Amino acid sequence: MALDKSKLVEMYRMMLKIRRFEEKSSELWAQGFLPGLVHLYIGEEAVAVGACSNLRKDDYIVSTHRGHGHLIAKGGDMRRMMAELMAKRTGYNKGKGGSMHICDFDIGIVGATGIVGSGIPIAAGVGLSIQSRGTDQVCVSFFGDGASNTGAFHEGMNLAAAWKLPVIFVCENNLYAISVPASKSTSAKNVADRGVAYGIPGVVVDGMDVIAVYEVVGEAVKRARSGMGPTLVECKTYRFRGHHEGDPKRGLTYRTEEELKSWEARCPIKTFEARLIEQGVLAKAEVEEVERSVESEIAEAVKFAIESPPPDPSTALEDVFV
Amino acid sequence: MARELDCAEAVREALREEMLRDERVIILGEDIGRYGGSFGITKGLFEEFGEKRVRDTPISEAAIIGAAVGSAATGMRPVAEIMFSDFLGCAMDQIFNQLAKMRYMFGGKINLPVVVRASTGSRYPFAAGAAQHSQCVEAWFMHVPGLKVVTFSTPRDAKGLLKSSIRDGNPIMFFEHKVLYYARRVEKARQMWPELIGQVPEGDYTIPLGSADVKREGSDVTVVATMMMVHKSLNAANQLSKEGISVEVVDPRTLVPLDKQTILSSVKKTGRAVVVSEDVKTCGVTSEIASVIAEEGFDYLDAPVKRVASLDAPTPYSPVLEERILPQEADIVKAIKELVS
Repeated sequence: MALDKSKLVEMYRMMLKIRRFEEKSSELWAQGFLPGLVHLYIGEEAVAVGACSNLRKDDYIVSTHRGHGHLIAKGGDMRRMMAELMAKRTGYNKGKGGSMHICDFDIGIVGATGIVGSGIPIAAGVGLSIQSRGTDQVCVSFFGDGASNTGAFHEGMNLAAAWKLPVIFVCENNLYAISVPASKSTSAKNVADRGVAYGIPGVVVDGMDVIAVYEVVGEAVKRARSGMGPTLVECKTYRFRGHHEGDPKRGLTYRTEEELKSWEARCPIKTFEARLIEQGVLAKAEVEEVERSVESEIAEAVKFAIESPPPDPSTALEDVFV
Repeated sequence: MARELDCAEAVREALREEMLRDERVIILGEDIGRYGGSFGITKGLFEEFGEKRVRDTPISEAAIIGAAVGSAATGMRPVAEIMFSDFLGCAMDQIFNQLAKMRYMFGGKINLPVVVRASTGSRYPFAAGAAQHSQCVEAWFMHVPGLKVVTFSTPRDAKGLLKSSIRDGNPIMFFEHKVLYYARRVEKARQMWPELIGQVPEGDYTIPLGSADVKREGSDVTVVATMMMVHKSLNAANQLSKEGISVEVVDPRTLVPLDKQTILSSVKKTGRAVVVSEDVKTCGVTSEIASVIAEEGFDYLDAPVKRVASLDAPTPYSPVLEERILPQEADIVKAIKELVS
């Protein structure tokens, strides 16, 4: 690990922010504070944080229905996120998007889409814009294993590869598309193997290890910035919650308890924390300090959201057109 | 200075002038590079602007629209060509869930200045395209809030409306009827519909979206028609004028937003309306316009609104069958006569 302490602590803090934000979202959903569904990122934090830690503010990402983690990792404001989940006018999307579409365009998030796979061609388009404008920005396209079986995956990946666009395709393979295991949906062992079909590198990485993700995506970002085109990175990960809050028994209707436990034992935050303590990067007291500051940020976000007014009904027809 | 162009030349001129005016304008689509497009619309642009701004794409309609969406969101002004409007189905998610909705669902933060150009409609009687290369699908997109839907019937309108569309800043579905491309290359087309060729100003001018145009003034009946149906309606009007029936022909040009005012003013004057469109009748362009007239202009009407549209069947290959499906001049004449008798 050639990373300095402040970067490592920042990565740890980001993962913890996502975890605590999602736990709070789960709680608020159960209490009826959120009018819509939420798909939580718990368990997958190392992917968003490992990937986004390579990005500049002016780089782009395209997010998904399970996008809270991406937004936080790219630098999103949890107050405006929480307000959006509660459908308030101060939310990122002014109460028009909700959990699945939550995004902040000002920090380079070109949307979060609820149609599985549809962000992949859009990410190629962002790459096209970067190439046309001649900057050294990059775009990270997040999607799941389910998305890898859509036509949009093929079309977007192929176009980006053919035109050598500066896009990093990050597949968050959490092993299930809602309830159907990836092994039943494709005969390919790894999504990353499909890189061969597009003439681009395909790399498998442990999605529970934030440093591993950081390094692999870092290489891909370097490639993209230098005009060498896209990389397909497959992060093997797992969601500790169900597909969405309300998914019966946290998805244990289609997953085994043993499997869930084995992945929970590899919790990306706990393992990273242990590593940082063991290597003397973080002291126990510092961990507690990070924990406290994250908790207070989240408490503030919840307070902000609860106190925010709902949208004015007259705004329902605004923002359809420019 | 104006000179005579056909619609293909007018569309090409608008593209070229907009690319010269604004370097953010790029065009992408299948076979639009050296080949010049399946209908020759982009001929010469590849040579003039190069492969960075005139992009030949794979046969990937979803990726073409996705690339337009992503690039528009981040600073470009793409014009995507879909070879036949029938192929829009391959890109439907990108159009109606992404392009149309992103601005709204992201709280107005993203602008998507995208123009999707697509050739559309039947080539009868010049070529038989059958069921998957002949449809008019404008109505699908009228049904999706967040998209503007633009059509044209004359070369002058083609150039002015395309320029407005490229500058508009919103997602635009821009439909180009294939027979409108044929005036220069097919003599019979010019003979049948002389106004397929018309005066087009040189240089810059725009025609605002949401403004209908009265293509012929009249006092007895209002015919509201788009694209090729404008030309068929003009011929019908000529024929009926010899029988003492005065027909006003209104081309809405943009279907979204629809210039209700011009349509309703015309109906107020004539008291009768026939709505003509080449798409199929059920839930089509005519359904919407006739509803607007019934809902907002009922007091002006001396007779029920009539509709002339394609019959509810896929487009057949045989010209004999296709003629039966498509609205013909005789159908328009008949509808008008039924109203004034």
